[in-house]
Amino acid sequence: MNTTKRTSLNIQSLIPNRATFTRTFRVAAWLGWQIESNWTDPFLFAIYSIVKPLSGAAILVVMYSIIINGAFKSPIFPYIYLGNAFYMYVGGVMTGISWAIIDDREHYKTLKYMYVAPIHMPTYLLGRGVARFTVSSLSVLITILFGVAFLHVQIDLAAVNWGLFFVSLFIGVIMLAMMGLMLAGVTLLIAQHVWFIGDITAGALYLFSGAIFPLDVLPKYLRPVGYFMPITYWLELLRRSLVGSVAQAFPTLSRFSNTELMGILLGLTVVFAIFAAVIFFWCEHRARERGMIDMVTNY
Amino acid sequence: MNLAIHTQNLGRIYKIRGGKKTDPKELEALRDVNLEIGQGELFGLLGPNGAGKTTLIKILTTLLAPTSGQACITGFDVIKDPQKVRSRINMVSGGESSGYGLLTVRENLWMFSQFYGIPSKEANRRIKELLKVVGLEDRLNTKSSDLSTGLRQKMNIVRGFMTDPAVLFLDEPTLGLDVGASRDVRSFIRQWIDENHPLPDVPSGDASRGEGRGEGRTLLLTTHYMVEADELCDRVAIINEGRVLACDTPANLKRRLQQDVIFKMEVSPLNGLSADNFEGLPGVRKAIHAPKDGSAELDLILEKDDALGGVVNMMTSNDVHILNLQKREPTLEDVFVDLVGRSMEEVEAGEQ
Ligand SMILES: Nc1ncnc2c1ncn2[C@@H]1O[C@H](COP(=O)(O)OP(=O)(O)OP(=O)(O)O)[C@@H](O)[C@H]1O
Ligand SMILES: [Mg+2]
Repeated sequence: MNTTKRTSLNIQSLIPNRATFTRTFRVAAWLGWQIESNWTDPFLFAIYSIVKPLSGAAILVVMYSIIINGAFKSPIFPYIYLGNAFYMYVGGVMTGISWAIIDDREHYKTLKYMYVAPIHMPTYLLGRGVARFTVSSLSVLITILFGVAFLHVQIDLAAVNWGLFFVSLFIGVIMLAMMGLMLAGVTLLIAQHVWFIGDITAGALYLFSGAIFPLDVLPKYLRPVGYFMPITYWLELLRRSLVGSVAQAFPTLSRFSNTELMGILLGLTVVFAIFAAVIFFWCEHRARERGMIDMVTNY
Repeated sequence: MNLAIHTQNLGRIYKIRGGKKTDPKELEALRDVNLEIGQGELFGLLGPNGAGKTTLIKILTTLLAPTSGQACITGFDVIKDPQKVRSRINMVSGGESSGYGLLTVRENLWMFSQFYGIPSKEANRRIKELLKVVGLEDRLNTKSSDLSTGLRQKMNIVRGFMTDPAVLFLDEPTLGLDVGASRDVRSFIRQWIDENHPLPDVPSGDASRGEGRGEGRTLLLTTHYMVEADELCDRVAIINEGRVLACDTPANLKRRLQQDVIFKMEVSPLNGLSADNFEGLPGVRKAIHAPKDGSAELDLILEKDDALGGVVNMMTSNDVHILNLQKREPTLEDVFVDLVGRSMEEVEAGEQ
């Protein structure tokens, strides 16, 4: 029997028209929010979105105080604290998006109906990530406020470069969403026990993106991983916008100006977006060939 | 006018990976399927478990790529033009309880209607109307996790009809529903097709009304209930082991057996006789034996009435008593037996 090679990578499936985009995104975001806020117990919701991130930060603080002997005034402390706080977006947005695939396919068993519907799948997934983004924002904000109030993380509101902050944050979130899309594609192709893939990826990148220590700490041969990760530049920009002087005390990226960093972040985001589209549609194509779109693994 | 569904030499092979060392096995789930289904038809795919019905539906709804051949829905290729196909179809599979349990019935349905671009008000109207049809109107605001499997399936059936697709695919729509609900669903299916017979053209481009309007609705359903195929469908394809063995109206399919005489017998246990013994008799084309506790059922397809004499003789000489004897009209079950050589139940038992 001959296998006909055909491509499903037509332009139509890559770029949605405006009506499709709007309705897909809007309804997906609504659904994501319904799922995310579906806490029968508001107390649990509070634990999830406040206590969990704070306890994460607390562990970091304890580790830090043991290693550095409680030198909270050292510039390395806000560096670590802010890096860790913003890194919560990585878990939230990236895994939030890829999680939708697992959730719909295995739990709600609706993924095939989504695929049969005239929607744009990447847009749907991005929409599903909006709620996680919102919840992550809350966690990030609370963590930072906690740091400022109790841990001497000094942010001088008058000195904050708000323009730089919001532009970086915005680009960064897009960048994380694109990484989420790549992960979603891979998730489509992995059958069993994949629920932790998002956490694993986020965990691995934690070490390579200068979140809790500058890249120079890494062995030389591992540093390129960090230099290729847009997260590295994104975190640096966020730190510079909030606590400029502190961030510049570390040599890793100090040779770059803010504009240069922004250029690198933008460039890498575009590269990642292209990767994301190619990977996602390729994985989708393979999943369709292998009959994996509506597969249920029954674990 | 384009065919609603058109497949050419459609084939699908699944690769089944065993352990790491063993080579992947191949399973041919569909082979050379050629179907031409016109707009406005209610078409049934009848076949036992594992026949390939779901596989065919998955290919036609763009969920699965065929390994060979082509399939078009209202003229659009499922591989080359999946987006165009999707805006014209919808699909419901029975026997499973999908849906967002945390949303109410109305929210679940409303959400999907929005993905199809149906204006909210119109969507709510259709939802109410269809829920009434399936007898779920009082569950509008029930969380779908609180519905039984059967009720969830009804909700899904509403989801399928709600978008008023040009071609609707129902995979075993009445599986798991009780008798009354199955009947309601069947009569609604029939009514939907009859009411939507080719209409005058409506300006296209209005996604909410389903593109391709004005050309009648087409419905393809799969089933392994003979009666469902027989009473409901305009045409039926009988499918077994991935191949379409016959495709015609139920009446024409049964006409194949018109020369034959069909008897249904209830007898005492066969005392070691088997269906094969009877098939060896002159004039007996097929014999199907189904043991029951304390008795046995024997279906016979005979070339002529007088072949019955041989059967009765064989029984008496083996001390088998006839408890009941009925001559009956051929059913699609008999057509299946005639085509495959075994009953659907036997085929399914053999699968396991
Ligand atoms: N994803 C898959 N991987 C491997 N084999 C598969 C897969 N899906 C189906 N099959 C096999 O393909 C054949 C046809 O399956 P299919 O589900 O299409 O049958 P069906 O007619 O819908 O049966 P049923 O009445 O049980 O629903 C079966 O032998 C089945 O085991
Ligand atoms: Mg099936």
